[in-house]
Amino acid sequence: MKEIKDQDHAQLSDVFNRDEDRVNWHDETLWFIRQKRDKAAHSIPDWEKLRETASQIKNNVLSNLHDYLIQFEENAKANGVIVHWAADGKEHNDIVYSILQKHGINQMVKSKSMLTEECHLNEFLEEKGIGVIDSDLGERIVQLAKEPPSHIVLPCIHKKKEEIGEIFHEHLGTEKGLSDPKILTEAARHHLRETFLTRRATLTGVNFAVAETGEYVICTNEGNADMGAHLADVQISSMGIEKLVPQRKHLSVFLRLLGRSATGQPITTYSSHFKIPRKGQEVHIILVDNGRSTQLGRKDFRNSLKCIRCAACMNTCPVYRRSGGHSYHSTVAGPIGSILAPNLNMKDHADLPFASTLCGSCSNVCPVKIDIHDQLYKWRQVIVKEGYSNAGKTAGMKVMASVLSSPNTYHLAGKMGRLTLKYIPFAVSNSFNPWYKNREMPEPPKESFGEWVKKNRK
Amino acid sequence: MKVGLFIPCYVDQFYPNAAISTLKLLEKLGVDVFYPPKQTCCGQPMANSGYEHLTQGCNELFTENFSGFDYIVAPSGSCVLHLKEYLKSDKNPAEAASIRTKIFELVEFLTDVLKVENLTASFPHKVGYHSSCHGQRGLKLSQMTELVAPGYSKPYQLLSMVKGLEMVELNRKDECCGFGGTFCVVEEAVSYKMGKDRVDDHLKNEAEYITGADMSCLMHMEGILRRQNSNVKVLHISEILNAEKV
Repeated sequence: MKEIKDQDHAQLSDVFNRDEDRVNWHDETLWFIRQKRDKAAHSIPDWEKLRETASQIKNNVLSNLHDYLIQFEENAKANGVIVHWAADGKEHNDIVYSILQKHGINQMVKSKSMLTEECHLNEFLEEKGIGVIDSDLGERIVQLAKEPPSHIVLPCIHKKKEEIGEIFHEHLGTEKGLSDPKILTEAARHHLRETFLTRRATLTGVNFAVAETGEYVICTNEGNADMGAHLADVQISSMGIEKLVPQRKHLSVFLRLLGRSATGQPITTYSSHFKIPRKGQEVHIILVDNGRSTQLGRKDFRNSLKCIRCAACMNTCPVYRRSGGHSYHSTVAGPIGSILAPNLNMKDHADLPFASTLCGSCSNVCPVKIDIHDQLYKWRQVIVKEGYSNAGKTAGMKVMASVLSSPNTYHLAGKMGRLTLKYIPFAVSNSFNPWYKNREMPEPPKESFGEWVKKNRK
Repeated sequence: MKVGLFIPCYVDQFYPNAAISTLKLLEKLGVDVFYPPKQTCCGQPMANSGYEHLTQGCNELFTENFSGFDYIVAPSGSCVLHLKEYLKSDKNPAEAASIRTKIFELVEFLTDVLKVENLTASFPHKVGYHSSCHGQRGLKLSQMTELVAPGYSKPYQLLSMVKGLEMVELNRKDECCGFGGTFCVVEEAVSYKMGKDRVDDHLKNEAEYITGADMSCLMHMEGILRRQNSNVKVLHISEILNAEKV
């Protein structure tokens, strides 16, 4: 799906906020999930230890990624899986296309994969005349609506059930005005059942790949990854190179964290292990870099690759909840998206690290302890240094820095009227000042504390 | 014990009462407080906007102003956190490093250094406490709802010593108010909505006053309350801890 790039996060959020009822609904919906996450986390007394363990395992993986990848490749090959390496999204898409071409397949079913969103696989295949149907219910809904997912776990969380009823009416021929989730899900199930039975190829994402055994695990609630894999002759699984864990036993740490962090479930309904292709089936794994090794080389940002895509940081983020996933104009939205996206394209995503108050809630819920809010701060420094902030802001900051570095200028600026201390951005009360649109200025006191202290203390 | 009082720029300019009550409270508790007159700002407004490289002037000035104290105390969690994490000096690196360990936000100074056990304050009102993010998640003034860990709250510990004061419980105990420095103007729509929702939580739970350890968050919420013509007031926590019969 095409990403919206002509407006930045602030502008897109401004549009989103014109419908306050909708913002409230979006905020409450995601806050509910955050609360479910809290409840699930609190049911495990050792939760913080579990997070620390997961973090250390992933640190180890990132420090030894090369070795684990080779080990994984060897073991996967020994299991009878065909392993491919893709340097970027284009190479990934070409590999998928060549596999389908080889088998003369022009229709494919796909279970959830944010990586293929990142590579824009659907559009690529559609241009080649290959039909792709997303089988995850949420993904299917946004696919029918011709929109990108707004959330990495709950792709259509921005849609109300009435709107989904409309989409189904238009595309699946359900009765007009339906909004009962049970009936709508049933309609989607029938439609997808037909898809599963007739597609010869399936593509899935990967949640965890085990270096020691060459197996990989896909976590779903709908069982759609299994359904695709069990019925298709050709199974393709695309994974980012950071998805590895060293040993099978490490899955016990991550599977306990993933479901709880994502939706508050103890575990996803299905944790499907894939290892040896069944007779007559061809299984391909595509190991995709697409900027990950660049990120690994950025000292301050490498540990963003620990991410297991649970979206807890999105659900807790007060900005995400009130701006919606699409305002981030990036495949992965929210706090984690804001530290991943600038790595791939700093210019287009220069606004994202600023779409945060640095409140730090994201870092606290992260099951692998990524220092998300610190990285947002660090990205801001990089973006300014690389010249992606606007000239007016830079000029203003320079004036502000010089005023605040000089006690005399500062006191003079203060005396000239507290309201003209305009280098503090919220201090001008006129209609051009965004602060003043919905908020009053502080009332200027008769004297500053500095002046008071001079009179009242020796 | 010689304490240097740091009053952040916007508190100095807009909220002198918060600074005066901080000073008076410390004096009342027997602390020898000194206010270096040439102080300005911690540098955070630039740094959080991506211009940390422009904060050297502020850093050198701060280090000069606050050398030689046993402690430095400021009524602002956010500024203190920034200094703790980023203060550095080319001229006097050792002094800057030492300041980073000696600077305290007022609440934590009262509970952890002075170990205050009782106060003479009286404030017979319903009060909502706004947990500012940098104070809470940065300086760990109170336990964070995200973590599975024992609860505690240094500000509540102090507020519970105030006669007549009744704390109101909030629906979302530690959600951000949306101020965020320049975020409040760059991301006006979301910032305002976050502030409005925070204020609503206090109003729904019938707070007469909103207090906190960070004047910047309170300034944000005050701006919204005043636009709504609300009677609810904001007060820095020092103003309540120092309140005589009202």
